[in-house]
Amino acid sequence: MPRISALICRSCGRKYPVEPINACDYCFGPLEVTYDYNAIAKVISREKIQKGPYSMLRYHDLLPIDVENAVEINAGFTPLMRCNNLGKAVGLENLYIKNDSVNPTFSFKDRVVTIAATKAREFGFDTLACASTGNLACSVAAHAARAGMKAFVFIPADLERGKVVGAAIYNPTLIAVDGSYDEVNRLCSEIGDNYPWAFVNINIRPFYAEGSKTLAYEVAEQLGWKAPDHTVVPAASGSMFTKIWKGLKEFSSLGLIGKVSTRMHVAQPEGCSPIIEAYDSKTLQVKPVKANTIAKSLAIGNPTDGIYALKTIQESKGSAVIAMEAEIANGIKLLAETEGIFTETAGGVVIAGLKRLVDEGRIKRDELTVAYITGNGLKTIEAVEDAVKPVFTKPNLEAFEKAMHAGVTL
Amino acid sequence: MVNKRVKFTFPPVLITEPVIHKIGQDFNVVTNIRQADVREEMGWVVLELTGTTGEIEKSLDWVRSLGVRIDPVGGDVVEG
Repeated sequence: MPRISALICRSCGRKYPVEPINACDYCFGPLEVTYDYNAIAKVISREKIQKGPYSMLRYHDLLPIDVENAVEINAGFTPLMRCNNLGKAVGLENLYIKNDSVNPTFSFKDRVVTIAATKAREFGFDTLACASTGNLACSVAAHAARAGMKAFVFIPADLERGKVVGAAIYNPTLIAVDGSYDEVNRLCSEIGDNYPWAFVNINIRPFYAEGSKTLAYEVAEQLGWKAPDHTVVPAASGSMFTKIWKGLKEFSSLGLIGKVSTRMHVAQPEGCSPIIEAYDSKTLQVKPVKANTIAKSLAIGNPTDGIYALKTIQESKGSAVIAMEAEIANGIKLLAETEGIFTETAGGVVIAGLKRLVDEGRIKRDELTVAYITGNGLKTIEAVEDAVKPVFTKPNLEAFEKAMHAGVTL
Repeated sequence: MVNKRVKFTFPPVLITEPVIHKIGQDFNVVTNIRQADVREEMGWVVLELTGTTGEIEKSLDWVRSLGVRIDPVGGDVVEG
């Protein structure tokens, strides 16, 4: 059974009962799940975790759900790959990629939605909802299908049809909102407040966000029960970044790993970098921006957890790193060409950011570094269509050899 | 009567303007500030507005027309 002690306001510290709420009534700050760590310490161990399922649910003692009734699509326990080729290309001797692009709906969102869907069912909801332009929509629709719940997925009306096929196939109710991004945002916030639905990143958000902690637990376990020296993590709302840090600290405080001295680096694209702008200005004030980036999955101009991402950077002595728009596609290609991993644009941001961190000396050559790849390249093929350069040939051996001679170095 | 929670982000040029005072004066809306951070270069205020839906929307349209950015308190909810 979950060992949640309360929901607590991240801003003023007030405590709330475990209910589907996401904001403090007093200061409107965001709520976060806290646990009874003394109780958890009595039951958790490396051995118990290792005997668990090969999914994120092997860490259920540290998740806010009743695992017996989990909405399970086998999210998590994705590969941690040592990447010598990419390491050589960017100047690192001890580089790993956490490849979360191989989750059931091809992004890390399956981790957070597994928790949100499970918690929604525990609370008695029969409907899951979200507003999304991609990964989240797919994951919510898939989990709802698995759980036998209704699903409402809100999308901007001008979103390309191809982007929503991955969600539509699970047969949710798709609502195409005819309005600007800001208008879609406002409408969905109001719907979240007024309809008796489990809106995964509104009223279920405190629980939903906890799923990202498993990205830290898995890396620590896969590294042989230790934390890396550095992590490079993409940020949209900044939630995942803060939860990876929370996960590492939890593992350490429970004695599952040693002292954590990981430096947390957050990566954002040039066209939507409000957290980086605040970091560069040495302030915790995140000024909202209008997103204009090819990394659509990171296009959150007003990041909910921006201030907490900045505090994580401070606490971990990490940094924020930018990926120029022109570097994103090259980052995707570099990862694919060196390690055989095809990531979406957010992954391109991470690889470009990783290279900059090394070039600027923020990560040293021999330091153990984990870069998080959170989504699959097949979702954003338009970003790298120029990679298609076939050698054409007529269907006979002579023509083939001629074409090869002209177009390929053997 | 309804309550609405919003976040105003002020550009530097509007930092010195009594925008929230004017909402209460020119519209039939009660304002209740819950959090704020106002500096020379930028300021934000998280507040609750109470009034009829129509009157709140009119007041927000006016605030928006001044160049103040208005967001849901919880940040953007449309995710990738």
